[in-house]
Amino acid sequence: MPADTSALHLVISGDPALLAIVRLSLLVSLSAVLLAALIGVPLGAFLALTRFPGREGAIVVLNALMGLPPVVVGLVVFLLLSRAGPLGSWGLLFTPQAMVIAQTILVAPIIAALSRQTIDDLWVEYRDELAAMNIGPAGRIATLIWDARFSLVTALLAGFGRAAAEVGAIIIVGGNIDGFTRTMTTAIALETSKGDLALAMGLGIVLIFIVILINALAWGARRAGERVAG
Amino acid sequence: MTMRGPVGDLPLTFVDVSILAGEVTILDDVSLTLDPGAPTVLIGPNGSGKTTLLRAAMGLTAATRGRITWGGREHAPPDKRAFMFQRPVMLRRSVLGNLIYALKAAKAPRGTQDDRANDLLTLVGLQALAQRPARRLSGGEQQRLALARALARAPTVLFLDEPTASLDPHATLAIEDAVRSIAALGVKVVMSTHDLGQAKRLAGDIVLLHRGRLIEHTPAQKFFVMPRTQEARKFVAGELLV
Repeated sequence: MPADTSALHLVISGDPALLAIVRLSLLVSLSAVLLAALIGVPLGAFLALTRFPGREGAIVVLNALMGLPPVVVGLVVFLLLSRAGPLGSWGLLFTPQAMVIAQTILVAPIIAALSRQTIDDLWVEYRDELAAMNIGPAGRIATLIWDARFSLVTALLAGFGRAAAEVGAIIIVGGNIDGFTRTMTTAIALETSKGDLALAMGLGIVLIFIVILINALAWGARRAGERVAG
Repeated sequence: MTMRGPVGDLPLTFVDVSILAGEVTILDDVSLTLDPGAPTVLIGPNGSGKTTLLRAAMGLTAATRGRITWGGREHAPPDKRAFMFQRPVMLRRSVLGNLIYALKAAKAPRGTQDDRANDLLTLVGLQALAQRPARRLSGGEQQRLALARALARAPTVLFLDEPTASLDPHATLAIEDAVRSIAALGVKVVMSTHDLGQAKRLAGDIVLLHRGRLIEHTPAQKFFVMPRTQEARKFVAGELLV
C-alpha cells in the first residue's frame, strides 16, 4: 500500500503541514470537550438531583440531542456568526474559535446526558448518607461530580470521539482553509473529493491512531486514579 | 438531672406518629419519649418498623400523621444527630478522606480536622488503613469507619441501624465496645438489633416493635425479667413473633 505509507511517512518525517493539521484537530476537539464538560457535567448533575415539572421531558430532549446532526449545528453556527448574523460582529466565522463553538454545541449534550445517568446512579447510592450528613444541594452536586469523576471520564471520551470524528460542522464554520482551519477530517474530506484516496486513507489511519492513543491515556489515568482513591 | 445551655435534641418525642408508604402502614400510632442516658435498643421481627422509626427519629423520614419533636422543637436540623445505616455507603475516597468529608460537613474548625480524624481512626482501630480506599475495606472495617464517620458529627444522639447484622463475633465485639465507650461519654445511643444477647449487653431501655406498633418500652432489666406484655414474653423466650 504505497499511498498509505506516504501519509505515514509524512508523519514519521515530521512534515510541518501535516503536524499543523494534527495539532489544530486536537486543539479544536479537546477545547470543545473541555468547554462542553464545564457546561455538561454540572447540567447533568443538576438534572440528576433536581426534581421539577418537565424534568423527564428535559432528559428525553437531552438524550435526543446526543444525535444532533453536525451539518445542522454547523449551519446554525454559520448563520449566527456570518457577517449579517446576530454575532457577526465577533468576526469569528472561518476561524478555529468558530469550530470550537460548533463542536462544543455538538458535544455538550453527549457529556450532559451521560453524566446525568452516571450521577443519577451514584445519587441513588449516596442519597441517605448525604442526607444524614445534612449536605446542601450545592454540596451534593460537588460531592457526586467528584466521586463519579472516574466514571465521568467515559462521558468525556464519548464527547471527544464525537468531536474528533465529525466533519460536517467544522467544514461549514471553519471553511477548511489550508494552514488555518484545516483539520484531519476536513483534509480527509478534501482529499477524497480530489480523488487522492490513498492520502485520504493515510490521514484516516493517522486520525484513528491518535484517537486510540488519547483513549489509552485516559484509560490509564482512570485506572491509576481508581487504584489510589477507590 | 437538669439540662442547661443550648437546647439539644433530647428529649426526643414521638406523639401518635404514623408513617405510611403508599397504602402500607409502616409505623402505626407510635408514642415514645427518648431521654438522655443509657442506650435505647429497638427490637422486633423483620418488618416491625425499627428502621423507619430510627429514620424518623433522625429526621430522614417525615411522619405521615402525628408529631416528632427534638428537645421540644418540631423543626430541628440534624446538626447534632448522626446515623449509621445498616449497609453504610463508603464514599469513593480514602478512609481518611471519608472522615475529613464528614468533619467538613459537620463544620468542624479547619485547623482541628486532621487531629479529630486521627483520634477517630484510633478510636475505631483503623489508623493503619487511613490511606486505603474506603471501598476496599472488609465489611467489619467499613462498619467501623461508618461509626467513626457518624461520630465525626460530634452527635448528642447517635442512631445505629443493626450495626452488627453481618459481622462476625470479633467485629461485633469491636463495635459493641465502641458503642459502650460512646455512651459513657454521654452520647445518647439509639440502636436496633436482631440479637437479643446484644440488647441485653447494651440496653438501658428496650423498645419492642411488632407490625409497626410499639408493644412495650421498659427499662432493660425489667424487660428481660418481667416483660409486661404477652408479645414481649414470647420474644424474650425466643419464640417467633408472627
